[in-house]
Amino acid sequence: MAMRLHKHKTFKTGGIHPHDNKLSAQVAITPLPLPKMVTIPIIQHIGAPAKIVVNRGDMVKTGQIIATHEGFVSSNIHASVSGRVGVIEEVMDSTGFKHMAITIRVKGDDWEETIDRSDTLIEEIKLTPKEIVSRIMEAGVVGMGGAAFPSHVKLSVPEGKHVDHLLINGVECEPYLTADHRVMLEKPKEIIVGIKILMKALGVQKTIIGIEYNKADAIEIFQQLLKNEKHIGVEALEVQYPQGGEKQLIQALLNREVPSGGLPADVGVIVHNVGTTFAVYEAVQKNKPLLERVVTVTGKSVKQPSNFLVRIGTPVIDLLIAAGGVPEDTGKIVSGGPMMGKAIADLDVPVAKGTSGILLIPKDEASRSETYNCVHCGKCIEACPMGLEPYRLLIMSKKGNSQRAKEEHILDCIECGSCSFVCPSNRPILDYIRLGKTQLKKQKSV
Amino acid sequence: MSADLLTVSPSPHIHTDLTVPQIMRGVIIAMIPALLFSVYNFGLGAVYVTLLAILFCVVIEYAIARYLLKRPASIYDGSAIITGMLLAFNVPTNLPWHIILIGSAVAIGIGKMSFGGLGNNPFNPALVGRVFLLLSFPVEMTSWPKAGATWSLDAVTSATPLGILKDGLRAGDTVPELMNQMPSYTDFFFGLQGGSLGEMSAFAILLGLIYMLYRKIITWHIPVSMLATILLMTGIFWLIDPTRFANPVFHLLTGGIMLGAVFMATDYVTSPFTHRGMIIFGVGIGVLTVVIRLFGSYPEGVSFAILIMNAFVPLINSYAKQPRYGSKSQRHKAYQEKLEKEVKATP
Repeated sequence: MAMRLHKHKTFKTGGIHPHDNKLSAQVAITPLPLPKMVTIPIIQHIGAPAKIVVNRGDMVKTGQIIATHEGFVSSNIHASVSGRVGVIEEVMDSTGFKHMAITIRVKGDDWEETIDRSDTLIEEIKLTPKEIVSRIMEAGVVGMGGAAFPSHVKLSVPEGKHVDHLLINGVECEPYLTADHRVMLEKPKEIIVGIKILMKALGVQKTIIGIEYNKADAIEIFQQLLKNEKHIGVEALEVQYPQGGEKQLIQALLNREVPSGGLPADVGVIVHNVGTTFAVYEAVQKNKPLLERVVTVTGKSVKQPSNFLVRIGTPVIDLLIAAGGVPEDTGKIVSGGPMMGKAIADLDVPVAKGTSGILLIPKDEASRSETYNCVHCGKCIEACPMGLEPYRLLIMSKKGNSQRAKEEHILDCIECGSCSFVCPSNRPILDYIRLGKTQLKKQKSV
Repeated sequence: MSADLLTVSPSPHIHTDLTVPQIMRGVIIAMIPALLFSVYNFGLGAVYVTLLAILFCVVIEYAIARYLLKRPASIYDGSAIITGMLLAFNVPTNLPWHIILIGSAVAIGIGKMSFGGLGNNPFNPALVGRVFLLLSFPVEMTSWPKAGATWSLDAVTSATPLGILKDGLRAGDTVPELMNQMPSYTDFFFGLQGGSLGEMSAFAILLGLIYMLYRKIITWHIPVSMLATILLMTGIFWLIDPTRFANPVFHLLTGGIMLGAVFMATDYVTSPFTHRGMIIFGVGIGVLTVVIRLFGSYPEGVSFAILIMNAFVPLINSYAKQPRYGSKSQRHKAYQEKLEKEVKATP
C-alpha cells in the first residue's frame, strides 16, 4: 500500500478492514435486457406492506402503480415493465421469507406518458418542499443502500427537531459492491441536482458527500463539479467497514453521535444514499418512479463481473446469465454484500428496491469453518463499531437472558457482522445477537 | 451448475484469515528465537526440556479430554503445545524429566482442563505449573546451568543476576559492589546470563514481540504498560538510593520480566478484553513485580504478579468497558443546548 500523507476522516469506535475486492469497479452500467416475466413483492421496504390495486389479467404500463402504500411508513410499488398481470401469490424473496408478490408477463415496453425518459439534465427545481416530499412518496423511493427505509419518512423531520446537515452516503464500504460507485461516476450531475432537491425539501444549508478514498475517481468528479458550490462539499474517508452505516458516517463526517435508540435527526442530520439521491432526481425532475436500479453481479469466479441497470422484479438468474453464467464452483449466492447480504436459496428470487448486488461465493468459502471456545482475545470488542461487548451478548442470548442483554445495549447492535468476521474461534456471535433481539421483541409483544 | 444445493447461512459471509490455530502457530513462531538463543546458551538441554514439556502437555491434554472428560481431543488447536513451550521457558534446562512431567500434569490438569479446557481457565496454565514446581522443588528449580558452559546434558550450575543481587543485599553488600560480579548489559540484552530456559535473551523475546505485533496477534497495551510501570517504579527507587536498589535497565533485562510481558501476561484467556483493561492489568503486574522483587523474599516476582493479576481479570473486565457509541451523552447534550439557543435566537 502506498503511503498517504494525511489520514482521512473515519469513525472512531471499532471497525474492520476486509479485503475490498471491487472486481467490477471499472465496468460501466449496462441495461439488462427486458426479462420475460417479473415478480414484484409488495413489501420491499421497512414498514407495512403496500395494498395491491391490480387484478389478475389486467394490462399495466411501465411506471403504473400496482400497490399503494398503507400508512405513513410504507411505500408505493410500481410496475417495472408493461404487460399482463399474472398470478398474485406468496413467493420467496431475498429475505428468505414468503411475501405476497405480483407477477407481470412482459408484453412490449409501453411506458406511462407522464414519465420523461430522455437523458436531458433538468436543473431547475420547481416544486415546493411539500410537493417534493409527496412526489418522492408517490414514486415509491426507498433507501437504496440496503435497508430500504421509505425516503419520504426521512424527509419529514419530526416537530421540535432541527436539521442542519444533509449527508450523502457514497461510502459503499461493503466489499465487492460497486453499484453506488458506478452511479457516482456516470450520473454525478443528476446526483447533485438530487442533493439540491433534498436540501430544498429539508431546508438545510449544508451537505457533505462522504466517499471512501478507494473511489478516488468519484471523489475527483464531485470535487470538479462542486468547485463553485458553497453549500455542498465532498469528503474523502478512510476505507473502513462499516463506514456506510448511518451512525458511523455521522461520526466520521461530523463527530456527532446519535444517542442510543435515537435517530440521526436527534443530532441534526439526515443521511441519504447516493443511489437514493439519483432516484430522488428521477422521481422529482423526470416523474419517474423507482422501477429499476443498478445491481452489481460479482464474485471471484464470475466470468464478467458487471453492473446492470435492472428492472425491479427481474429474477436473479437473468442477471447471472448476463454476467457469463453461474460458475461450476458456486457454493453460495448472496443478495447484497458479503458482510450484511442475505444468502438466497434459489435463483428465481426477484431483484428488489434494496438489492445492491448479487455475490457468488465459491464452495470452499461458502460454509463456516470449525468453531473453538472463546479465547478471550477481545477482537470482537475491538471491532464493534457501536462499542458493545459482542462475546457477552452471545453468552446472554444463549442463556436466554435477554433482559440482561438489553441492559448491555443489545438493541444498539447494527448487525454489521464485524464481530463474527474477526472472531478467530469462528463463533456465530451475530447469529446469537439476532436471536437475543428476537427474544426481546417477543417479550415486548406478549 | 451441479445439482448441489446452495449454502444458506446468515451474514457475514466472509471471515478474517486469522483463526485460533493460526494464532497459536503465530505464537509458537514468535517463541522460536528465544528457544534458539537458549540452545546456543545452554546446549542440548534446552531442546530436551522443551520437547519433553511439549510432549507431556499434549499427551496429558489428550488423555484428559478423551478418557476423563469423554469428549473429542482438544489438542489440535495448538494451545497445549504453547503451554508446554511456556512451561519449558520457565524452568532451568537441567531439570530432571520427572519434574517436567509433574509440572506438565499440574499445568494442563489443574491449570487448564479442570476448568474446562481452552478458554475457560482463569490462570495461565504454564505459570500454574511453574509456581507449583517452584514451591515443590525449590532446589531443582533454582539450580541454573551456567550460560555457555557446556553442550552436554550435565551442566555446571550458577546463580542468576537477580539471585546474586538478592543474596548480596542480604549479606550487606551494596548494589555497585554486586554489579561488578555481573555480566555486562550487552550480555544481559542478548541473553548471556544464567536463568530459565527462555527468559534470558531480551533481544530474542523482542523479536517475538515484533512478530506478534506485526501479525496483529497481540496489541502493545499489556507489554508496554507493564514494562513502563516497572521502568518507572524501579527508576524512582534507584534515584532514592542507588546503593540499595539496582537501576531500572538491570531490572528490565534480568529475570522473567521480558518473557512475562511478551508471552505470559498477553495470554488472551487470562488477560482482560478491552485495551483499557489491558493497561490496568499491565500496570498491576508491573507494580506487583517490583514490590515482590524489591521487598519480597523471592529474587523474582513476575510469575506471582501475573497469577495474582489473573485473579483480578473478571473484576477488570466488568469495570474497564469499551466506550460505547452514543454514550458520550455530554457531547450530545452540548449540541442540543447549542441548538436550543439558536432556535431561541431566531425570531
